[in-house]
Amino acid sequence: MADQATFSAQVEPFMDQLYGAAMRMTRNPADAEDLLQETFLRAYRGFPNFTDGTNLRAWLYRILTNTYINTYRAKQRRPEQTELDEVEDMYLYRRIGGLEAATLGRSAEDELMDLFAESEVKEAIESLPDNFRVAVLLADIEGFAYKEIAEMLDIPIGTVMSRLHRGRKALQKSLHEFAVTRGLASDDPVTAET
Amino acid sequence: MVDHECDDAVEKLYEYLDGELDGPTMQQVKDHLQRCSPCLEAFDFHDQLRHVVQHKCAEQMPLEMKAKLLHLIDETEPTSPPA
Repeated sequence: MADQATFSAQVEPFMDQLYGAAMRMTRNPADAEDLLQETFLRAYRGFPNFTDGTNLRAWLYRILTNTYINTYRAKQRRPEQTELDEVEDMYLYRRIGGLEAATLGRSAEDELMDLFAESEVKEAIESLPDNFRVAVLLADIEGFAYKEIAEMLDIPIGTVMSRLHRGRKALQKSLHEFAVTRGLASDDPVTAET
Repeated sequence: MVDHECDDAVEKLYEYLDGELDGPTMQQVKDHLQRCSPCLEAFDFHDQLRHVVQHKCAEQMPLEMKAKLLHLIDETEPTSPPA
C-alpha cells in the first residue's frame, strides 16, 4: 500500500512525460491540463491501492489512458474515425531511405533528425485516428511493451500489434507528405532493394 | 542474401525493434541482419525514425501547470485516514 503523503514526490518525475502524452492525445494545452487534472485526482485517490515497488509509471499511464478514453473522449462527441488507408510496408524508407545516408561526419540519425521539424512530427502523430494514435504514442514515444499497452487499452495483444502496424505506416505517410511539401522528397519510391 | 530470408526478417521488423520476439527468433533476425546490409539499413532507418519521433515529441510541462496540479493534490483530502 502506497502512502498518499508521498504521492506528489513520487509522481513529479513523470509529469513532463505525462504532459507530452496528454498533449498528443488531446492536441491542445487546455484540454491536456483538464485531462491531467482528472488523471492526477484519480491517481491520488487510488494511490492507497497502488502496490509500492510495482511500476508506478505504467500505473499512471494506465489511469491517463483510461481517463482519456472514458471521460475526455466521450465528451468530444465527434464521430470516431477508425479507418486508415492501406499503406505499404516501409513506406517512408522506400521513399527517403537514401536521403538520410550520412554525409561525412554526420550520423544517419542526425540527418533524419534535421529532415522533420518538431511541429511536423507532432502534427503527424496528432493526425492519426484516435485508436491508432494512442497505440503509437504508448509504444513509440513512451516505450511500453505490447502487454502493457494491451492492459492499458483493455484489448488483446494482437489488436495492439495491428493498430501499431497500421498506425506506424500512416505516420510514415504523413511524415513523407511534409518532406514532399518542403521539396525534400519526391512522390515516388526510390529504393526497393529489400 | 536469400530473398525469403529478407521477407521473413522484414515481417518481424517491428517486433524485433520493439524487443517483443522470443530469444531464438530474435537471434535469427540478428543473424540475418549481420549477413544482409540492405535489411540492416532498413532496420536502422526504422530504429532511428523512432528516436527522431521520440525526441521531437518530448515536452516540458509549463511550470504554472505543474504548480497548479501539485497544489490540487495538496488541497485534496486523503482517501483513508492515516493509521
